[in-house]
Formats: sequence, structure tokens, C-alpha cells
Amino acid sequence: MTRQGWEVVIGLEIHTQLNTASKLFSGSSAQFGSAPNSQASLVDLGFPGVLPVVNIAVFRKAISFGLAIGATINRTSVFDRKNYFYPDLPKGYQITQLDQPIVVGGEVTVTLSDDSTKTIRVTRAHLEEDAGKSLHENYQGQSGIDLNRAGTPLIEIVSEPDMRSTDEAVAYARKIHQLVTFLDVSDGDMSQGSFRCDANVSVRPIGETELGTRTETKNINSFRFLERAIDFEIDRQIEVLENGGRVVQETRLYDPDRDETRTMRSKETSMDYRYFPEPDLLPVVLEQAFIDDIAVSLPELPEARKTRFVTDYQLPEADAQILTGSRALADYFEAVARISGDARLASNWIRVELLGRLNRDEIELTHSPVTAEQLGQLTARIQDGTISGKIAKDIFDALWLKRADDVDHYIEENGLRQMTDSSSIEPIVDQVINDNPAQVEQYRAGKTRVLGFLVGQVMKASGGKANPRQVNELFRSRLG
Amino acid sequence: MKVDEAVVNTVANLAKLKLEAGDIDTTIEQMSRILALMEQMQAVDTSGVEPLAHPLDAVQRLREDVVTESDQHEKYQAVAPETDSSLYLVPKVVE
Amino acid sequence: MSTPVTIEGALRGLAAGEYSSVELTRHFLDVIRERNPVLNAVISTTDDIAIAQAEQADRDRQAGRGGPLAGVPILHKDIFCTEGARTSAGSKMLDNFVSPYSATAVEKLTKAGAIMVGKANMDEFAMGSSNENSFYGVVRNPWQTDRVPGGSSGGSAAAVAAGFCLAATGTDTGGSIRQPASFCGITGIKPTYGRVSRWGMIAYGSSLDQAGPMTRTAADAALMLQTMAGFDHRDSTSLDEPVPLFTEALDQPLAGLRIGLCKEYLQDGLDSGVETQVQNAIRELEGLGASLVEVSLPHTQYAVPAYYVIAPAECSANLSRFDGVRFGHRCDDPVDLEDLYTRSRSEGFGREVRQRIMVGAFALSAGYYDAYYRKAQQIRRLIKNDFISAFKTVDLIAGPVAPSTAFPLGDMTDDPVAMYLQDIFTVPSSLAGLPAMSIPAGFSDNLPVGLQLIGNYLDEGRMLNAAHQFQQRTDWHLRSPDTGEVS
Repeated sequence: MTRQGWEVVIGLEIHTQLNTASKLFSGSSAQFGSAPNSQASLVDLGFPGVLPVVNIAVFRKAISFGLAIGATINRTSVFDRKNYFYPDLPKGYQITQLDQPIVVGGEVTVTLSDDSTKTIRVTRAHLEEDAGKSLHENYQGQSGIDLNRAGTPLIEIVSEPDMRSTDEAVAYARKIHQLVTFLDVSDGDMSQGSFRCDANVSVRPIGETELGTRTETKNINSFRFLERAIDFEIDRQIEVLENGGRVVQETRLYDPDRDETRTMRSKETSMDYRYFPEPDLLPVVLEQAFIDDIAVSLPELPEARKTRFVTDYQLPEADAQILTGSRALADYFEAVARISGDARLASNWIRVELLGRLNRDEIELTHSPVTAEQLGQLTARIQDGTISGKIAKDIFDALWLKRADDVDHYIEENGLRQMTDSSSIEPIVDQVINDNPAQVEQYRAGKTRVLGFLVGQVMKASGGKANPRQVNELFRSRLG
Repeated sequence: MKVDEAVVNTVANLAKLKLEAGDIDTTIEQMSRILALMEQMQAVDTSGVEPLAHPLDAVQRLREDVVTESDQHEKYQAVAPETDSSLYLVPKVVE
Repeated sequence: MSTPVTIEGALRGLAAGEYSSVELTRHFLDVIRERNPVLNAVISTTDDIAIAQAEQADRDRQAGRGGPLAGVPILHKDIFCTEGARTSAGSKMLDNFVSPYSATAVEKLTKAGAIMVGKANMDEFAMGSSNENSFYGVVRNPWQTDRVPGGSSGGSAAAVAAGFCLAATGTDTGGSIRQPASFCGITGIKPTYGRVSRWGMIAYGSSLDQAGPMTRTAADAALMLQTMAGFDHRDSTSLDEPVPLFTEALDQPLAGLRIGLCKEYLQDGLDSGVETQVQNAIRELEGLGASLVEVSLPHTQYAVPAYYVIAPAECSANLSRFDGVRFGHRCDDPVDLEDLYTRSRSEGFGREVRQRIMVGAFALSAGYYDAYYRKAQQIRRLIKNDFISAFKTVDLIAGPVAPSTAFPLGDMTDDPVAMYLQDIFTVPSSLAGLPAMSIPAGFSDNLPVGLQLIGNYLDEGRMLNAAHQFQQRTDWHLRSPDTGEVS
């Protein structure tokens, strides 16, 4: 289907879980993955008579983010109650910020796939508590409710409807993800719901100034799904309009299994949330010095780090761009480079081998089976000539599958050291010369490309342990 | 503001309360009286008056980010109507 | 044993070894067992906890390490969470709720040695001015049992007046300590908002709720308040201010004290018998050396409308947690989520609670927020400003607590607005967050009349001082309902 004649308008609301030790309003651990309801305190469960107390760390993190996007930090911010009933919302209201959020305004500049850039404005970022989880497996014919996540701190980052394509929307989401991870505001772990996108999508005929009716597709938890959900929604809306229909303003869900969005049944009726100032909490009034302290201790931002990678490590700009995709990746790279002593080698291995595997197996870097220490050790051994690149790939496989742990130990145990003693390679070279008279003849006649074949034969016979450069030298001197 | 059956039903739905058919008239009548009482506020000129949400104009204290709670789910779930595998149970949730 | 009627008296008797705390506790448990069937002031007694605490108090006293309330039997309003004991808030919703934790106020009193003999009846979720809204039935006024005790802390007030205990805790959102104290002829104080922690006190109107003591005398109230009050990191609205020893300021003379008389409180509609007693009491204070100054609180008449927007709005959200999932009443066999919510809540909440939730939800709903909720908060500011102006020229404000004495049971149950207007003299100071108290000031037709004193922020000490001096000159606070005589 064609999108010709239509303009797409997209705004994103991104919920980012803040990586604090404790929850927003209680001293419960905010850690992920514990036994059901083991991290739900009286406050999180909304018991009668309990009261919230605000975690200072959430303000530090929200302010870091605000400062990084050039936003205004509200020195006075106010929490409000948003009222609705849902089993994963224990109090029957969510504590959020409506009229006086902590962060207002700001913008980010994204690089698109054609290398052009675009600036996207952020409307606001406010603090709020996360809800628990409904588990739909059959528990006596009912749903089970786990409230471990209830009360975990979030910032909801709301963009202006500035994006005009799926490409722009995904680039913006990636940029925000990069920022929050660099700032140590969030672990950004999408597989565990630490970074979730709601996409507001509408279309209008090119030239039209009024916005079309939008739909909101909620809780998209990967960039790939974001791309697909927006694409699906654009095409769906254009189809509806081209067939003379009307887009219904509604909340939708993206179903990755069917690769489609569908109406969310639980939100059919438009909600009246009856916001009002949370009477259990007072206005949060921050000293300018508190904000200034955060400003001076902001971690190195992605742009600055990229520039440093180009200057300090002599990396091509494109490689530096990839390696600064997230703070975890940039940290990983710097650790590998430090251990290996060869930044370009480290960069190549990370970009080609590591990211390729992670992508293939859909694993987040933070859960990578190969640690930065291991890859550093591995590349160090390539760098100092202990092993060949080919052997290194085999060792990488072993590390990936957890068959190897300590690289040096594995090399010794399996006898994978490169042969550097020419006395043990020379007999193999001589043997290959004897076994391949036709190729030797061709080489002598000036077809030097055949040398590759001969070297390959030696490598094969040595079990990959010969040093290719050294083998080349030996052939040249013998056949020269 | 006139309170009628539609208003009462909307509000009951927001508050997740069920009104029996016989209660509707009484509810309309009583809510009307209460709203008339509330309407008396309109006689006061409040233009430019900052709303007061808390009686003492105090500001929020912030606590340090420290984990102070431990797993007490057995104790807390002792008063729960229905649980299974440490989960609270509710009728099937449809998204 | 000669039964004490005050905390002070009991502490003397315990110290002198006239009786042990266990004996005292058993005595009050017996009184409750015998007389509660008539008054219905107590929802549950906590005999085992009480005896265990009393035994501990006796041991502590012998070892010379008893707290300031060691061995003193009290009742807690059933809105305070008490670990291991049912905490019902007067509602069917929490009929089966045994709290897994205790309120800060309860913990502080327990730590000081107070003995919990039981939980006092109350209007459901503290919503009411007559104690006719309890799932556990109406409470009767011990002075005339066909009359209401006032509400919502009606059980606490009736119990103290009837000698079921030496003191009780209460909570006051718009008058719920002061009005029942007035109707039952006891002393009750609502401290400055934020003085006593709200942790563990089941919320009605969060920006208004305050806990306080209900006792026979101002001296007892001073002792109990200085024990209950204090900063609590678990309550963000708790005041981080030192709590003075109120008991040490009780004996100061009142010479030079400026008492404000608010003309809007002494107006038409005030029962003439009440007015007479209040005027007499004010003259008594004048006789103690206080000077009288007329003040105006011009927005007084808008306090009830504003209060009945703000409190229901807050309660409509506060009571959303009662959804049949984690605690409290759950309907039988819900067919779906909606059914679980609506039936559990409609079955669990009584009529007045349902009505206030609906009024509150309405006042906050789209299109009405500005006209009702925001307007009410603006009026709240004006009311606070009225008091700030008044306190520039006076130290205390004196006036009636309620327009009448205790009214007959059933008199106003069909007219919510008439009932709400009973709170006209108590809600203004609640909206402003000021401390206020009721002290016995005489009788009208054999029913007690209370005098209200309103203090400036954090000035409970001066109020208690004036009340104590007044009680040195009068004996209204020592009259007992059985005989009307000084006990």
C-alpha cells in the first residue's frame, strides 16, 4: 500500500523505570525478578492507614535527564492522584504529576537513516509510580496479581507530535534510550519493561493543518515492535480514511505474534481520572544548589563520549557512533580496549562478533554471555600474537556457549597457541610445496594470487595454529 | 447543576458502586441537597485566590534511597480474601 | 478499690500501690462487659492483649522503669490500626480485618505504658456527626440514652464519659473529637494538623485528619497529647517540630491572655441554652484574668460547603483501595472484575460512606473540578487567612463547639445537610489546620455543653493551660452521667 499524499504525525510517551535501590514511595526493593509479592510492602499494597514518603534519588535522576535535554527544572513540583480501578493498581489511584511536573520542555536531536538530523521537542517529563502485574495463567480460573513492581519509580517522557515518519520515531526512542542509560537514570532493559513506549499516531492529507484523529498504541517494549506497530497503524489509518471511514480515537495494543495493533478492550470507555493534588504529600521544593550539584556531576553524555572515542582511540566516526549507542556498550568497549591494548581490534570484535550474536539471539548486552573481561583477554591474545584470529573465533564460540571461562587457561588446555617457532612450520611448508607442484608452477609464472591457496593448506595442516604472516614469509623466501 | 439519573449513574460507575433501582431516587434527592449546599460557595469572590491544598504551607521531605522493607508477604496475605502461589486472585483480567 | 476517673488519679493510685494495673484493667473490662450492651460504645475488647500489657506495666513499675502512662487502661478509636486486633473503622468492609501493623500514635501510647482494653465504636470511616453510621450499631449518649453521643468519635466520648476507661484516642476531620466531647461532657483536643502522625490511622480526609486525646480533664489531655505527638518520618505531613511538655505549662496564670470572641460563632441558630453556658464560661475565663477581644471570621458560613467538597473528594480516592482484592470484604462469586468491585464495595460500605464517595467523585469529575474542588480550596485559603488576621490580636478564640446539645437519635438521619450544618463551628479550624479543643462548660436541660477553644498553630500548650485553669475553677468536667454529681 502507498502512503503517497499522506502526512504522518507521531508523538511518543516513553515510560522509563528509574534504577533506584528502593521504590518511589516506600523502602521496598525495586529490583526486578523476585518471588511474587515478596517486594510489596504495606505502602505498596495500599493497606488502610499507610502513607507515602518520597525517595530523593528519583528527583536526582529526573533532573539529570531534564538537564541533559536542556529542559526547565521546576523547583516546585507537585504530586497528584490519578483515579481509576484496576487490579494492578492497589490504591485505586496512581500517584503522578499533572500540572507541575519536575521537567518541562527540552529537546533532542536525532540522526536519521539517511544521515540527516532532526530536532524533536520534549513537552515534559514527570515522575510517577509504576503498577503491578496481572498474570493471566489460570489460577483457579482467575488472574493472579503480583505487586512487586507497584510503586517502582518511572519518569514518563512526553514528546511533542514532532515526528513525521516511523524512522524519526524510532530514532527518537533510541536517542532517549541512549540518554537515560548514559545518565544512569535507567538500566533501559526493554525485555524487563524498564523502557516502554506509547505511540500516538495520526495521519492527515499533505497540506492539511488540522491534526487527524489519533490512536494511542500502548506498552511497546522493543524498538522493532515500535517500528512495526507504527507502520501497521499508519497503514491501517490510511486504509480506513481512503475507504471513506473515520479513525476512532482509542487505545490500542500491539500484538507481536500477529504483527498488528488491536483495540484494548479494558480502556473502551473514555476515562475520567479525577486528578487532584495528592493530600498525603506536600509540594516538593528544591534548592537551586541541589539542581546545580546535579548539573556539575552529570556523566559524560553520548555526543561527548563519541568525540572522545574518535580522538582518543582513533576510531572512525561511524564506529564510535555505534559504540556509544548505550552507556553499557560504551563502558563495555572501554573495558575491552583497556585490557586488549588495541582499541580498533576491540571495536571490530565488539561490533562484528559480539553485537552480531547478541542481535541474533535477541540478548541485551547487560546479559551477554561473554564479559568485557573475557573479550578483552581474547583480543589481547590476538594482539600479542598468542593466537590467530581464526582460533580466537573458536574461543569466542566457546565463551558464548559457556564452555570456556578463562581465556588463557582455555588456550593452554587446548594447545591453541599460535606456532611462532619457524622450525616447526618449515616442514609443513616444504610438505605443501611438494604436494602441490602445479600451484607452485603457477606462482613462479607470476600468478601470485595462488599464494593464498598454499598458505591456506599450511593453516589447515597446522590446525590453524600457524601464523599466516610468517607462513607467507616462508613461501616467499622459498619460492622467490 | 441538576442531578439526574444519568449523573448519578456516571458517578456510581466512576466510584465502582452499584445503585439498586430503589436507591436511585433517594440518591438523586440527597445529592441534590448536598450540591445545593456546595453551590453556596459560588457567592464568594475567589478570583486571584491561590487554592490551599495543605493547611500548613509546608514542603515535602525527601528520604534517602535505602531499602528498609523485607519480604512479609505471608503476613500481609493472611488477611487477603483469595490468594494462590503468593499471588492475589481476581476474576480474569481482559486487556 | 476506689476507682479512679482520671489518668492523674490512676497514676497516683498505681504509684501508691492501691491497685495494680492488672486489677485496674480487669475493673474496666468488667465495666465494659456490664454496661456496653446499653451504650454500644465499644466494638471489641482486647482482653488478652490488655492483661498481657498490664502485667508488663506492673513489672515495669516494680522495676522502676514504667513509662509516663504505665498501667493506664485506654480505648482506641477503631480507626487506628492495632496489630493483632480487629481494626474495623466501624465498617462491614473491615469487619474481618486484623491489622498486620500498628499506628504510630498507638505505638507511642503503648510504649509509654498505656493498656489497650479495646476498640471504640465510631461512625463508619469517621463519616458522621452522630455515631449513627456504624456497621456495629448506634452509640448512645450516657447522659440520656435516647440521644446521640456525637460523632464520629462517639464511642470514644461515650466510653470516657461512662467510665469504661480513663481516656480514649479519637480522630477529628471536621469536628469528630470536639463535637462528641461536647455532647458527652468530656475534654477533647484536636491538635495542629501534623502534630500527631497519621501513619496507621485509616484515612478519611487526608489533609484534615488529626488524632487527639479524649479525656476527663485538660491535665490528662496534656499528658496524653505529649505522648502521642511528635515527628514521624513515615508521615510526610508530620511536623518536624519539638513537642513541648504541655503538662508543665498548665499552672501558668491567665493574666494578660487575650481571648477572641468571634461574632460569627455567636449568631442566630445557636441554641439559647448552649449560648448561655458558653457566655458563662467565657466570663469565667475573664475572671481568671483573660481579656476579651471581639474578632471576625467573615468566611465562616462557607466553611461547611467547602469542607463537604474537600473531605468527600479526598475520601473518594482514599476509599478506592477497598476493592475486595488484598483485604476487607469481598463479594461472593464475582462473575468478572466489574462485579467484584461494585458488589464488594456496595456491600461493604454503608449508606453515608457511599454517598460521600459519590459526592467526592462528582466534585472531582471532568467539568466540575474548578467549580467545586478548586473553589473549595480557594475558600479554604480565605478561611485560613481569616484566622491568621484574628490571631494578630488574640491568643485564643473561644466559642461554642456545636449549635446544640446532643440531639435525639434518628433526628437528622434523613437530612444530610442538616447533619452537616452541625459542624459549622468545628470545620473552620479543621480547614485551617489549627488546634482546637472542647471542654465541659455546663449543662442545658441536663445535657452537657462544650466550650471550644481554638489556638494558633502549634499553640496547644496555651489552650491546655487555659482549659486547665478553667477546670481549676469549675467542676463540669468531673460530673458523671449516672448521677450528674461530681464523681
